[in-house]
Amino acid sequence: MKVTFPHMGNACITINALLKGLNLEVITPPPISKKTFELGVKYSPEFACLPLKLNVGNFIEALEKGADTIVMAGGWGPCRFGYYAQVERDILKDLGYEFEIVILEAPDHQVSELVQQLKSLGNNISLWKAINTIHFAWMKLQAVETLEKELEFCLPRVIDKSLLQKIYQTALQDTDAACSRKKIQQILHQAVLEMREIPQSRQQIIKIGLVGEIYTILEPSSNYHLIDYMGYLGVEVTRAIYLSDWINDHLLGGWIKKSHNRHIIRSSQPYINYFVGGHGQQTIGYTVDFARRHYHGVIQIAPLTCMPEIVAHSILPRVSEAENIPVMTMYFDEHAGEAGIQTRLEAFVDMLRRKNRRQDNSKEA
Amino acid sequence: MKKVGIARALFYYYYYPLWKTFFQEMGAEVLLSRETNKLTIQNGIDLAVDETCFPVKVYYGHVQELCRQNIDYLFLPRVVSIEPRSYICPKFMGLPDMIKASMLDLPPVIDMVIDVSINNKMLKREIERIGKIFGRRQGNASAAYDHGLAELEKCRALSRQGFTLREAVKIWEGDPLPPLPGPFDLNIGLLGHGYSLYDPVISMNIVHTLREMGCRLYFPEMLEMEDIEREAATLPKRVFWTLGRKMVGSSLQMEKDPRIDGIIYLASFGCGPDSMIGETIERKMKDKVYMLLTVDEHTGEAGLHTRLEAFCDMLRRRRSISHESYLSSHG
Ligand code: SF4
Repeated sequence: MKVTFPHMGNACITINALLKGLNLEVITPPPISKKTFELGVKYSPEFACLPLKLNVGNFIEALEKGADTIVMAGGWGPCRFGYYAQVERDILKDLGYEFEIVILEAPDHQVSELVQQLKSLGNNISLWKAINTIHFAWMKLQAVETLEKELEFCLPRVIDKSLLQKIYQTALQDTDAACSRKKIQQILHQAVLEMREIPQSRQQIIKIGLVGEIYTILEPSSNYHLIDYMGYLGVEVTRAIYLSDWINDHLLGGWIKKSHNRHIIRSSQPYINYFVGGHGQQTIGYTVDFARRHYHGVIQIAPLTCMPEIVAHSILPRVSEAENIPVMTMYFDEHAGEAGIQTRLEAFVDMLRRKNRRQDNSKEA
Repeated sequence: MKKVGIARALFYYYYYPLWKTFFQEMGAEVLLSRETNKLTIQNGIDLAVDETCFPVKVYYGHVQELCRQNIDYLFLPRVVSIEPRSYICPKFMGLPDMIKASMLDLPPVIDMVIDVSINNKMLKREIERIGKIFGRRQGNASAAYDHGLAELEKCRALSRQGFTLREAVKIWEGDPLPPLPGPFDLNIGLLGHGYSLYDPVISMNIVHTLREMGCRLYFPEMLEMEDIEREAATLPKRVFWTLGRKMVGSSLQMEKDPRIDGIIYLASFGCGPDSMIGETIERKMKDKVYMLLTVDEHTGEAGLHTRLEAFCDMLRRRRSISHESYLSSHG
């Protein structure tokens, strides 16, 4: 059995650790490239959202590399994601691929159920080994997210940005390869030290909160590398979504660490008063939260036609006005052009800088 | 008498008789927005975000029109779920919040939550809550709601006979029975979300056009619920969108129906469920011609007309060919 899975940012490092720990042979899909886009777009429903298309591209490339089993998550709506695996299976079967698909249906707040699902996926695994594996994968995830946050903090500040990127990428690769907890800690420690040593400029930092749909936030190629680009513009980006929070809230029922979710949902009221699927409520809640923490602005990102985010987008103007925070929404699909995206980001950041300067001046006066 | 405004859009098509009866028994007068027209569309496009689907834009337009009338309450239901373990669509779940965010000076809103995804309890509470708004005693509103359901059933009986939901509501309101269109030489299954398909502006008059072209139309509302559910259950995973599942089940049932020559699905551009369901059906259709039409506010009526004509011609040609081969092989 050769197992593959879809990409979502650095999630592959965690998933790799998990599947390997279950004694499975893993075939990671090649990194998302132009070819992945092309394959996905060619074979997916024309009006499906971008994450589905990229999943399809990932799967085709992995099946071509010899994978014979796909692991994919499921769900029960109302967002389309819950039906992805079904449509993806049909597409790939109609293309003539032979494979098995294992769909992990998100157990609502049942840790034991998840452990069971993973255990049965594993190759003759004891319960103890399964739990151990989950723990090890979780540690890798924590390390990866610390690196990501460090990058997001340093990128707008350091002068030599390519050196920073190099340290970050190397640390990610090493973490992926690491086999012991101690090794993971070492790599992390070393990388953070190196990142902090790079000389920083004194340019004024603009702080932006990034809200929206989870895949678009986590997978850089689906947002045309927005976070990196913002770093180059001297903007520090804080994401509303980290994979570990999502796993903690949705798969583990807040079991591993204290959840922030309740506070965020409370912040979303009275602007939005019901669950709308995906992260729609959180998008509003985090925008309010960022505003109250005096961020300079918020950017909402989502795949074109994403329903929960369209609901949030429709409500954001009211939030923006009432909470006094500039908000910009960007949708992504395969037709988006990098140049156009960058122009819009630059214009938004310029506006924030001007506004910021005006406020500083009026404070001085 | 208090006036309650109801938008002639979205779930108006599925629930108007219920809502009207209910509010009338609450002692209110019901004011309906006009049929969708150019102004409704223009207002909707101006008010809603670009990326939203056409039917929701049209809803904004209807609400805007109601706000300019002299009404005491605006009925903005939050239709989350009308059956266990299923949803309509995220946009229906956020609709009252979306409308409130984009229109200032709304009249007092009755944002009834309709959510039976788990059980009926919340719906019952909501009915009583609305009863209180109209000064009704406990139990009174529930009785009115039940009465409304009975009226709705009358209307549904009409749609089972082959009237569109829009025609059925009109007949229920007392309009004379329209003359049966005809003659027909083709039988076509026509699918789509009711608020798109039966709104002549959104659907660009597809119902009328097809009838004029000589097609007898079969709508999902004409099928037995049991048949629809049975066919839909042949999919490996239950479709958790109510309308989506109804469309899958209907199309599979229609495929089996020997009377039906071909099937058309009218999808909305930008509709999430349609983007998955339209193709899922296509993959399942083995024996019948199927056409997926995706429309939005930019679709031209002329282009649609041409495609429908071509579809009908093709069906007629196919039929004559299969007729000939039948003759030759047995002659
Ligand atoms: S189901 Fe589709 S058409 Fe209906 S509101 Fe949702 S996205 Fe729009």
